[in-house]
Amino acid sequence: MNTPIRVLVLALAIAGVAACKKEVVKPVEQPPADTSTQTPTQPMQEESWTNPALLDSKPCLVSRIAYFDFDQSTIRSEAMEMLKCHGKWLAANPGARISLEGHADERGTREYNLGLGERRGNAVRDLLLANGGRSEQVGVVSYGEERPICTDSDESCWSKNRRAEIVYTAKQ
Amino acid sequence: MTGEPMQRLISSLFLLAMLALARNGAAQGLEIDIVNGREAAIPIAIVPFAWEAAAMPDPTGIDTVVRADLNRSGQFRALRKEDVIELPSRGSDIKFPTWKLLKQDYVVVGRVQSSGEGGYRVEFELHDVLKQQSLLALALPVRAGEFRQVSHQIADLVYEKILGVRGAFFTRIAYITQKRVGDGKFENAIWIADSDGFNPQRIVWNAEPFLSPAWSPDGKSLAYVSFERQGGHTIYIHELATGARRLVTSFKGINGAPTFSPDGSTLALTLSKSGNPEIYTLNLASNNLTQLTRHFSIDTEAAWMPGGNSLLFTSDRSGKPQIYSVPSGGGSPERVTSSGDYNARVSASYDGRLLAMVQGNKNVYRIAVVDRVRGGAGAVRLISPGPLDESPSFAPNASMVLYAAREGSRGVLYAASVDGSVRQRLALPDGDVREPAWGPFRQR
Repeated sequence: MNTPIRVLVLALAIAGVAACKKEVVKPVEQPPADTSTQTPTQPMQEESWTNPALLDSKPCLVSRIAYFDFDQSTIRSEAMEMLKCHGKWLAANPGARISLEGHADERGTREYNLGLGERRGNAVRDLLLANGGRSEQVGVVSYGEERPICTDSDESCWSKNRRAEIVYTAKQ
Repeated sequence: MTGEPMQRLISSLFLLAMLALARNGAAQGLEIDIVNGREAAIPIAIVPFAWEAAAMPDPTGIDTVVRADLNRSGQFRALRKEDVIELPSRGSDIKFPTWKLLKQDYVVVGRVQSSGEGGYRVEFELHDVLKQQSLLALALPVRAGEFRQVSHQIADLVYEKILGVRGAFFTRIAYITQKRVGDGKFENAIWIADSDGFNPQRIVWNAEPFLSPAWSPDGKSLAYVSFERQGGHTIYIHELATGARRLVTSFKGINGAPTFSPDGSTLALTLSKSGNPEIYTLNLASNNLTQLTRHFSIDTEAAWMPGGNSLLFTSDRSGKPQIYSVPSGGGSPERVTSSGDYNARVSASYDGRLLAMVQGNKNVYRIAVVDRVRGGAGAVRLISPGPLDESPSFAPNASMVLYAAREGSRGVLYAASVDGSVRQRLALPDGDVREPAWGPFRQR
């Protein structure tokens, strides 16, 4: 999955460079500070928050899985930036729709884990809503322990399975 | 990506290994895992039945089925077939000193005859060795292809005559399988089978998972959860004879853990339409839905107590999953389990005396049977070894508990005697097996 994304990022970077070349001699080493009339915020140049390509290129939007501790639904700090990004995307794209798929590891009973998966989905939903998403944009569905990413009975797998996945059903 | 052919190879090897296992199981009969043995297990000899009918003998060994049934209960210790040195088929042929010498308390003999209408009649007798007395002599009609069923009925009658408790071998179980059918693709199915796992029949199947099959008290229907509808869960009631399905609920969020009330009129279930999972009851005639719990925790896995006046359920309102009780007419829940970090998915025996549940301790999940009358140190018995055992369900006579276990990355089913002394892995189809539910008594 990583390679096409990298190619895309590279392509965008080259396109950016090409666009700049007309005016500036050495754009790569020395980002021109005096082109402010054209692009006031240089790093944000490609970041149109209504361009669907951003969803597949900006790392915090490409990242779509939040992981959890055992029997917990507290969002870990490492997932915060990613969730804020998706919240921002929802705010910028009123037509965007997300299905949050909540999952649990295999330990414990299946129906309880269905509840746990939903609770994790809800925790992610709450964060998306706090960061600009609206409730009609976000649905939650729990798969409990029925859709593991990994099937070994040890923590290396369990930690991958305790997750909530952001699935875009509409990007804009 | 490079791991994929390897994975495919491994899963094909795995399938082959399982096929081999399944064949061995069918050929050799099922292995019984005697855990501790049981001092009080009753010695009984089941003599191979004589084939006196005109047609070719049915390949089912009636004696083999009866022997396996009685052993699996933990209440009996049946004489091994190779130690059955005389083959009487009638009471008058039994030489009691032989069986006394073999330290047998009881002996069962029988024969199969043509019944005239293209069917058969199985006659059998149960004798008390010490008293040299006939306790039971019955003739059961049987059609071709139903010899396993009649064998289970014989086991039930012997069990009941000696123990005074109705046997539960002539019953059925339901369970769920998941089989990989391609990259990231699965076939999920609900099956019913005889209580020993033989004669499996696939009831329904789909690419999406099923959960929590539950028998109606009359044994005619199963309620279950399906993920087949996009973006949500649905509870169905499925009539086994016709295959007709009734969509019961498909609210937003969880529609889970259905279970029929003892009179069959009401379904208890879990819905999260209010924002978090709560226990509800649904009157199946009026469709009247009643909310029983109101708490921000996870409340789920309802189980009816006999009589239907109260329900048990799992809740993590104290921080971790524990078992609670609530009146079926509504009221405040009371905590039932006091010990253990994780108690969930309870089910009650027919008399309400025993509760079976999943008890978790660190990473080990075992089946616990709690005796509510006994109390004290002996009140909680762990009847399975773990580490990932779940979905306990009692035989309708509470002699055994059926549960799911993981062996490697595969799910299997076990039947354990309620005292944990005997455990048997059931004959299974290939694939990953889970979520067993023991059905009610059947009419003979």
